[in-house]
Amino acid sequence: MRNTLRTNRATALLAAVALACLFSGFARSASAQNIASPSVQTMSTAPGTYVIRNARIVTVSGPDIENGMLVISNGRITGVGANAAVPAGATEIDARGLSVFPGMIDAETNMGLNEIGAVGATVDTNELGDMNPNVAAIWAVNPHSAHVDVTRVAGVTSVVTMPQGGIISGQAAVLNLNGTTPREMSIVPFAAMVIDFPRVGGGGGFAAFVAAQQGITPEALTTRDRRVEEMRKLMRDAEAYGRAQDAYTRDPKAVPRPDVNLQFAALVPYVRGERPVMLRADRERDIRAAVRFAEEMKLKTIIVGGSEAGRAAAFLKEHNVPVVLDSVLNLPLREDDAYDEMYANAAKLQAAGVRFCISTGDSGAHVRDLPFHAGMAASFGLPREEALKSVTLYPAQIMGLSDQMGSIEQGKLANLVITDGDILEPRTNIRYLFIGGRQIPLVSRHTILNDQFKDRK
Amino acid sequence: MKRLLSFAICLVMLGGTWGGASAALAQGQRRGQGREAQPQGGETLIRNATILTVSHGTLAASDLLIRNGKIVAVGQNLKAAANARVIDATGKFVLPGIIDAHSHTMMDGSVNECTQSVTSMARTQDILNPTAINIYRELAGGVTSALLLHGSCNSIGGQSTTVKFKYGRPAAEFIFPGAPPGIKFALGENPKRTNFTQQPGQQRYPATRMGVEETIRGAFTRARDYKRGWDEFRAATARGDKNVLPPRRDLTLEPLVEVLEGKRYVHSHSYTADEIVMLINLADEFGFKVRTFQHVLEGYKVAGELARHGAMASTFADFWSYKVEAYDAIPYNSAIMTRHGVVTSVNSDSDERARRLNIDAAKMMRYGGLTEEEALRLVTLNPAMQLGVDSRVGSIDVGKDADLAIWTAHPLSVYSRVETTFIDGDIFFDRTQDLAHRTQLEQERKTLEQADANKAPAAGATPPATPRPPRRAYTDDDDVQDEGNNQR
Repeated sequence: MRNTLRTNRATALLAAVALACLFSGFARSASAQNIASPSVQTMSTAPGTYVIRNARIVTVSGPDIENGMLVISNGRITGVGANAAVPAGATEIDARGLSVFPGMIDAETNMGLNEIGAVGATVDTNELGDMNPNVAAIWAVNPHSAHVDVTRVAGVTSVVTMPQGGIISGQAAVLNLNGTTPREMSIVPFAAMVIDFPRVGGGGGFAAFVAAQQGITPEALTTRDRRVEEMRKLMRDAEAYGRAQDAYTRDPKAVPRPDVNLQFAALVPYVRGERPVMLRADRERDIRAAVRFAEEMKLKTIIVGGSEAGRAAAFLKEHNVPVVLDSVLNLPLREDDAYDEMYANAAKLQAAGVRFCISTGDSGAHVRDLPFHAGMAASFGLPREEALKSVTLYPAQIMGLSDQMGSIEQGKLANLVITDGDILEPRTNIRYLFIGGRQIPLVSRHTILNDQFKDRK
Repeated sequence: MKRLLSFAICLVMLGGTWGGASAALAQGQRRGQGREAQPQGGETLIRNATILTVSHGTLAASDLLIRNGKIVAVGQNLKAAANARVIDATGKFVLPGIIDAHSHTMMDGSVNECTQSVTSMARTQDILNPTAINIYRELAGGVTSALLLHGSCNSIGGQSTTVKFKYGRPAAEFIFPGAPPGIKFALGENPKRTNFTQQPGQQRYPATRMGVEETIRGAFTRARDYKRGWDEFRAATARGDKNVLPPRRDLTLEPLVEVLEGKRYVHSHSYTADEIVMLINLADEFGFKVRTFQHVLEGYKVAGELARHGAMASTFADFWSYKVEAYDAIPYNSAIMTRHGVVTSVNSDSDERARRLNIDAAKMMRYGGLTEEEALRLVTLNPAMQLGVDSRVGSIDVGKDADLAIWTAHPLSVYSRVETTFIDGDIFFDRTQDLAHRTQLEQERKTLEQADANKAPAAGATPPATPRPPRRAYTDDDDVQDEGNNQR
């Protein structure tokens, strides 16, 4: 959730101040415990060939298939239906009484960038400075984070992981939760530019509270406008830089070679609308301001956060901007908001026809709670099938990856979760897990510690 | 301008009573007129519900009769008085009120008296804010009682308070009658201040787990001597010796003497196996019991030791990895401790998470295979035992307080939602009423916007005073951040 992200920022700051203390804490851990995950990595083996029989297949994109068959080969779903051609040598899985779901996708996390929030040495989310378009999560993700195993055995198979902080935080990556290197995990290494859209009163936490108490002062407005202007200028410069580079490429003899500027270069595909920009905005006025800015700059916009997106639903629909809703389980922002304001937000977006998905917004450890965020939205007005889509197909669509993931269809990546019940229910058990066509053992730091101690008298 | 308005709305809203079923209104009861909710009294008959007793299984299609705040009958075809409030709960579920054994909800200002390492004299009951909006939000999640604990910044913290969430009533009515008194202890990173910025000159002993042990040992050594002084004085007085002076009263040591005498429960914040065993050994040596270990995230490593000491455990369902001492936390903790015979509860330590403890309980079926009833007990009967109030609440049994909630579906399902929450037979949350109230609030908001007091001040006039900031909602992260110390 947003709160976690905010707090982590404060934690990082705290960490810098109390480095000595923290280091001693970390040293204790490193000696006494194993910081690295007892991860079971399987990328070294080739994807297998599997046939799953007698399952209820929840395709998400189409109707459920009772007693269906599903074939996995070369990392993809190669057959699905009442019957499908079975390649020779396929491993048989009898899934009688079980259901197959597409792996869930969390579109806003810091997976692999934040292991232990209180220990600065394990946190790689916030770079210094306000404008960091050339910073990218893909370079720093720890594939051996214990969070990876813990998350995937709960049915979340893919995440968007992102830097945070500043104004332009950097670039997010889309990952499958399996691999020995970030590149092995990567579906899209440079997937989106993350921007913490400048707002009146600045960031979160106590500063935001003080700002709210002080009201919208002219100074606060000026500061916000100045920050937006800085960003606008940087983007315009990046556009010009892109044009100059193109001109040089077309005619290197006639055009002088422009200097390389990594900041501009990183921004070019985003200011050209070729890749999405994830703009964090929660308050209604900030959502509206962010969308207007993005339209002015002709960006491909995704709103992230969206605590008050329900109040701007008609506006978002009109402007056809999707929302990554990370606040379902947050407390309402104002004391006089309805108690279920956050729970009911998704239903409002759905009813208004706004494209949205549900996310934990978590730093990593609690991304596995994703289905329960969606489930809570379902108990406050979001139809159940929409709740399931909001953590499978919808995040894939919003990230432009619905040809790859998010539903069970022939040709898509074999990211599959086989359960003994509704995947959004906490009582449901996960029985089999496939990521990229590889069967993943249902083992994590937590199952290993459980096995180690459960029978000690 | 806007801030004054929102403050005014808050006042009005908090003054209004949000509880109260439509049925009650139909009977012409005056509700929501003043700051204090009117006791509703009388009889309530909940008909044709699935009743999750938690103590003796699930009763299908059954009725539940409430009279004078107590559960007086559970069964088929119950009859109620002619003027009883009758609620048709066909297709719905009744669960005992959820009890949160680790809460800081409604505690006004900092939860930490952090200036000394032993602050057993400080009392949480002195800082209760009965109008905190998160009480209402938790009622809407079926929570009816909580253990309000001092923070974890010192080895021996302040005295705890057990409350019923009687939102809208004066603070005094929140105090759970007859609940045994308690005190907060804390071990590990928080009392040794690992993760906190300390200004020069503000460093405080202890800075290690060794020092935490020594601090508690020192305090109980003094408490034992103090108790001996009083015992000797009383014995001399009883012998008729008139020439003895009583020991000087010590408000720090008195609660610790109560611990030694078994009259005050110790609820100890703890994480790692070593510190859990340390406190068990120390308590055994001084002859007292640790009532509950709180958080106790590595309790699963020493579940046998916990069981043999007779300690109970109140833990997070699956919150982990936010600091080093939470890195070995596993969601199987509740199940392992339960299987070792430790009475275990799942708590929130968070105004947010408290609203969905039913889902946290459900997760404990996935992680370690607890049965449905065992899972439900984690948030009802077991915390009631830990707080020493299980003769009053925690299950649906005749004679117990009518603290319960009606859910739209099985409360272990993520799709369930609370319809109505009762405490002592009175309604403190009702969704139908809440929805109906929203239109009225909208009207009030409009009226207030027009009010003179909310008009912009004339040029040059003194702007209206900023209302005192409310305390930020307590979240899990505060266990790391230590709310109150870094914020102000």
